[in-house]
Amino acid sequence: MAESQIQNYTINFGPQHPAAHGVLRLILEMSGEVIDRADPHVGLLHRGTEKLIEHKTYVQATPYFDRLDYVGTMNQEHAFVLATEKLLGIDIPLRAKYIRTLYDEIGRILNHLLNVTAFIFDVGGMTPLLYGFEEREKLMEFYERVCGARLHANYYRPGGVSADLPAGLIEDIAAWCETFPAVLDDIETLATENRIFKQRVVDIGTVSAEQALDWGFTGPNLRASGIAWDLRKAQPYEVYDQMEFDVPVGKNGDGYDRYLVRVLEMRESVKIMKQCIAKMPAGPVKVEDNKITPPPRAEMKRSMESLIHHFKLFTEGFHVPPGEVYCAIEAPKGEFAVYLISDGTGKPYRCKIRPPGYVHLQALEMMSKGHMLADVVANIGSIDIVFGEIDR
Amino acid sequence: MTQALKDLGDYIAAALPQDVLRTEVNRCGELTLEVRTNGVVKVLTYLRDDTGCLFKQLVDVCGVDWPGRESRFDVVYHLLSMKHNQRVRVKVAADEETQVPSVTGVFSSAGWFEREVWDMFGVTFSGHPDLRRILTDYGFEGHPLRKDFPLTGYVEMRYDDEKKRVVYEPVKLTQDFRSFDFLSPWEGPGLLPGDEKAS
Repeated sequence: MAESQIQNYTINFGPQHPAAHGVLRLILEMSGEVIDRADPHVGLLHRGTEKLIEHKTYVQATPYFDRLDYVGTMNQEHAFVLATEKLLGIDIPLRAKYIRTLYDEIGRILNHLLNVTAFIFDVGGMTPLLYGFEEREKLMEFYERVCGARLHANYYRPGGVSADLPAGLIEDIAAWCETFPAVLDDIETLATENRIFKQRVVDIGTVSAEQALDWGFTGPNLRASGIAWDLRKAQPYEVYDQMEFDVPVGKNGDGYDRYLVRVLEMRESVKIMKQCIAKMPAGPVKVEDNKITPPPRAEMKRSMESLIHHFKLFTEGFHVPPGEVYCAIEAPKGEFAVYLISDGTGKPYRCKIRPPGYVHLQALEMMSKGHMLADVVANIGSIDIVFGEIDR
Repeated sequence: MTQALKDLGDYIAAALPQDVLRTEVNRCGELTLEVRTNGVVKVLTYLRDDTGCLFKQLVDVCGVDWPGRESRFDVVYHLLSMKHNQRVRVKVAADEETQVPSVTGVFSSAGWFEREVWDMFGVTFSGHPDLRRILTDYGFEGHPLRKDFPLTGYVEMRYDDEKKRVVYEPVKLTQDFRSFDFLSPWEGPGLLPGDEKAS
């Protein structure tokens, strides 16, 4: 029998593939069943966020950050308002810091719940996704009660948060913190020691510590490769320096470790939330300076000065002194940062958004080369990407 | 912290006097190095490997457009040293003609960032293995984050039911795009006409 010639062929994966986690178009060059080259085409969801922000005031710009990573939205706003506050040189009230820390952790659990369960779903386990969404719905209710929206919160504002927590919310969050670990146990029972799950993800997409640094990995993906680096510990913002929590670190840097790190991080997040609730002080939730935060509505009806402040804030916006700042926070997916340049007017001169998923997706080719076609799906699931932030 | 960053800046400037043009610690406590365009690979390699720096991660590369300046663009690199828990910003000037040396050989993470800077600003990088557009549409023309690119863009697309495909047309707005000038004349940053008489 004559030796048959095998030619490389190209597969177009996506942009409408359920395992692509959004609109990822992936050009895969295959040699048989093995990946030779993976070329992600991103930008199908590009909305020109950075350009739009240049034409908006600082307060008008925060809602755009909800629309980046639409899974855990408040964390993105946090980077932007922190950058603005650094340029303004203001310090926010302690209660606002606690509220922000609390809601950052809610956002982290929201994100990890979706990622972990969707990852399991990608490799064949359906039930955890249903468990996860039930809990996500409860958390989004906490979002809704505080700002009126389940996803696009626009809750953090330069100078604090938009409104104080409504009565009874803290108690409900505390009650949720007690019940959630049991749900997490259920999810873990189904997946962590599951033979099929482990067959699909152990030793798949292994990233060594050197590779992780070289490719700019941050967040859980970096920690899964064995580097204990967490911005909440290393460069603490808000009240993270007063919180007691551990940073889970992986050993092998494969898909399974990335899964484990995320599950453990959720348990740590619950710890932080409990501490926030226990220590939450009373007091104002935004700075008193009405040149930055709007005066109360009632006062606006009576005081001329408040009316002027209100009018100027919502037309011209506050002026930010010229300067530049790079402000990074530990978002659920990794280091989310805003590089903000101000020219002294009411609008940002340049606002560069540094999304963690963009960097992680870039490394997909490195992770997938030499793997089978089905492993690409496992890799995409394990690096936690959302196209809202990658395409901006 | 600020003093440590000042020392670090002086240390780097002393080691690479040819390439580092200026160091500055700004009011937010961040170290900025302004670097000669052709020296960027050397500086970044030094920052990565020197034991006093060990900036092992390139976390961000972005462009900034300053239309009034002679070399119009800045390419800004942000590096992170986990060992010393410090960040540094490296700035390089460029314009449409000058090619910035690509740092993909030093940090693999630079690949997509440089593609994005090319896409958004039209700064070219020499030695980049795959300098294609990344975020904009296939066949897109222009560089959207330049200050002279209009917010609305030049073309819009829709699905044409007769041709059974997506078609591109020049942007048609029912109302002209308006950019209101809300700046207080007495608080704005610039001079008003007639101000020169007062001074």
